[in-house]
This record gives sequence, structure tokens and C-alpha cells, in this order.
Amino acid sequence: MGQAVAQEAVAQRSIATMLLDWTPTLLGGFGFNVLISIFAMAIGTVMGVGLGVLQVSPIRPVRQAAWVVTQFFRNSPWLVLLFYCILLIPFQVEVFGVKIRFPGWIKAVIGLSLPVMAYMSENMRGAILSIPTVQWESAESLGFTRAQTMRDIILPQTVKRVLPSWMNLYAVLTMATPLVSIVGVSDVMALTRAALSAESRVDLLIQMYLYVLFLFFIYCYPVSLLTRRLERQFSVNN
Amino acid sequence: MTWTPDQPIVSIKDVHKSFGKVEVLRGITLDVMKGEVVCIIGPSGSGKSTLIRCINALNDIQAGSIKVEGQEVHDAKLDKLALRKKVGMVFQQYNLFPHKTGLQNVMMAPIKVLGQDRVTVEARARDLIRKVRLEGKEDAYPGELSGGQQQRVAIAPSLAMNPDIMLFDEVTAALDPETVKEVLVTIKDLAAEGMTCILVTHEMGFAREIADCIYFTDRVIVEGGPPATFFDQASDPRTREFLSQIL
Repeated sequence: MGQAVAQEAVAQRSIATMLLDWTPTLLGGFGFNVLISIFAMAIGTVMGVGLGVLQVSPIRPVRQAAWVVTQFFRNSPWLVLLFYCILLIPFQVEVFGVKIRFPGWIKAVIGLSLPVMAYMSENMRGAILSIPTVQWESAESLGFTRAQTMRDIILPQTVKRVLPSWMNLYAVLTMATPLVSIVGVSDVMALTRAALSAESRVDLLIQMYLYVLFLFFIYCYPVSLLTRRLERQFSVNN
Repeated sequence: MTWTPDQPIVSIKDVHKSFGKVEVLRGITLDVMKGEVVCIIGPSGSGKSTLIRCINALNDIQAGSIKVEGQEVHDAKLDKLALRKKVGMVFQQYNLFPHKTGLQNVMMAPIKVLGQDRVTVEARARDLIRKVRLEGKEDAYPGELSGGQQQRVAIAPSLAMNPDIMLFDEVTAALDPETVKEVLVTIKDLAAEGMTCILVTHEMGFAREIADCIYFTDRVIVEGGPPATFFDQASDPRTREFLSQIL
């Protein structure tokens, strides 16, 4: 019986060592998740702001088209969008003799940026509409054009209003990045699976996935803390 | 035909305006001479705000004519920028851009709209802040100012455009009673300098004091005249009833 306990102690220790051994690999993979999330967020934000502005366009067909695009991508499963981008975007395109390659992870970035764009578009629309109409009229009375008003007066005011939901969206996006492992990108999830099959140790399974969860938690939780603080701060200021 | 200062600076003729099926202006005719101070009073929903919004083309009209310095406002080919340079407007609230300081608010339009030089604009903006008696508050954001101070600053951006006419749309209606006066004093200063002012207001004492002419509207101009005769000898029963409720 003493022998059994000793054996188990060896097994326990070796789980910790195994986790430690795999940590550089897993962290590398997690870094890739972070990278994908940052790129997807950046692209999605820029496109989302543009689409949100189009959603309040005075030109009806523009407004409607922007609304349709927004609703379509907002109501599509992220994984399906990912598959779509992986299959639809060619491996490389040639523009004026220059070959641009699209490796899997870039396609994944594009795929994830689409729902970000749609959520951002909707947030922007709400933020723009929440600015009192008198601001528009006041600017108009001072001779500002619509475009100038949007750029110099309305959009700067929306920053505060969308910032908390923007950060929240970022946390959600980061937590969705393991989806890219399904479409063949070597993120933390794919590497974890590789590590587990290399070790082929059943008792490592739960520990290692817990470890991955923990990685996401320590990255995302500060974001959500900061979001809560900003929300409180802005609600006091307004 | 060019406009000369002996003609009305604002000439409104038989203006009709509807929102959907509701006709809020039913043939308004009104002339304002240069340097005149005109107050428009009337019950809520009588179209008085709509009327002054039409003067700087924030609202369009269905029929009639509005001329500012001889230029027809009710015209699809209207040069809106030229009109807005001539006509300044202050609203009930939210005039100022909250993400800019008082001084920046005053400087924004001359720089971005007129393309004027920042240094000269800043000097003029500081003068205007002094004029509305808020020196020392140049770097305060609107949120840091009281309601009355905000409305006083709010007059300055329009003045920075060097307008010939100022429109005031119930600028004291959202203020605490004790801060109303400081805003009215600022407007009085402006009127005393000879600025043409058209005000929609509920401040009867103020209207009596500064107006050259008061008009009572109820979708049409019911009657109008200089304050002395208007308040004491109102002939129309609608005017009398309104005045008896408010005075």
C-alpha cells in the first residue's frame, strides 16, 4: 500500500513537471491567440465604425444596405463564418504581379473580424443616435457639413460611450479564438491537443485543459475588471 | 436686386409649414429691420420655434418666402454656408460640444469651416469669452460649467462667425430661475451693440425691456407691436388670454 502511495506521488509530480515542460509551447500558442484577437479586433473595429456610420446615413439605400450587412454578420455563428473564410479565401492572390499569400491564421483573423465588425457597427449606431440632435443642429448652424460634424463632433463623443462595450467585445473575441484550432491554426488549443497525444496520459487531460482555461482567465479577467471600472466612471460623469 | 440696409434684414412672407398632417405655420408674415430686437411669444405648439428654425434653413417650408438680406432661404440651390455665416443660432440646451473646452468650442467653426488662422481666431475667441463675462473659464469643459454659464458660452461660437443676425430659441427655458438673468444680461449687451436679434422666449419682463417689437404667434402672427402698446392694449382675445395666464 505504501508503494501505491509512492507511485501516485511520482505520478503527481510528473504532471506538474509535464505542465512545466509544455508551458513554453502552450504560451507560444496562447500568444498566437492573443495576436489573432488583436488583429481581428483592429480590423473589425475599423470596419465596424465605418459600417456604423453608414447605418445612420441620410441616404436610405446606403442605410439599409449597412443594416442588412450588420444584421447578417451579427446573427451568424462565428464558427461557420470561420469555415467560410477558410474555404472561400484563396491561398494566394496575385495583384499586379505581386503575390499575396493568405496563410490559415490570416484567414482566421478575417473570419473573426466579421462578427466583431457587426457588433461594433451596432454599438456605433446606438452611440451616434444617443448624441442629442441639437449637437447636429448646433454644428449645422455654425456651418459645419455633415461629414465634418460626424468626424469632429459626433464620433469623438461616441468613444466614451462605446469603450466599455468595445472592451467587452474584445474579451468575448479572445475567448472565441480557440475556434481557429478547428480550422487548422496552431493556437493554444491545437497545441494542447498535440501535447496530450504526445504524452498519451489520461490523467494529464483535465489538468492541462484547466491550465489553458487559467491562461485565458488571467488574460481576460483584467479586461473585464477595467471595463467595469470604466463603466462606473462614465456613468458617474454623465 | 441687391439688399440695402434700409430694407428688412429678414423678410418673411406668407410662410406655410407642416409636419405630416399638422400645419404648424399657417401663413406667417413678418419683417425685421437691421438692429431690431424682435421677441416672439406664444403658447407651446404655436410654431414659434419652428419659425425661427426656418430662418436659418434648419427646417424647410412648404410655401411662402423667407429672405435674409435679400437672399431667398426657401431655395433648393441655397448656399447654406453663406446663410449660416450671416445667421447665428443658440438653442435651449446642448449647444456646446462636450468634448471641447469653452475656448475650443468658440474656435472650432472659424478654423474648420472658414479656414481662418488659428492665432487670430484664438485672440478673437478670448475676447468673446470676455464679452460673455466668463474670463477664466476658457479651459473649462462644458460639463464643468453651470447651466447659465454654458448658455453664455454657447452664444460665443455663433458670434465668432461674425453674424449679422442672432436667433435665440428659448435659450433660458432649461435653466434654473436664478441663472436666467445672467444669460439675459448677455443677450441685452448684444442687443445694445446693435446686433439684430430674434428671440423666442417666455421671459415677458425681459421681452418688454429689450424688444423693439413683440409678436404673439398661434400658427399665424396674431398681433404684434412695440412692448408698450402690446402688453397694455392687446386687442385680440387670444393674446389677452395668453398674457393673462403668463403675467
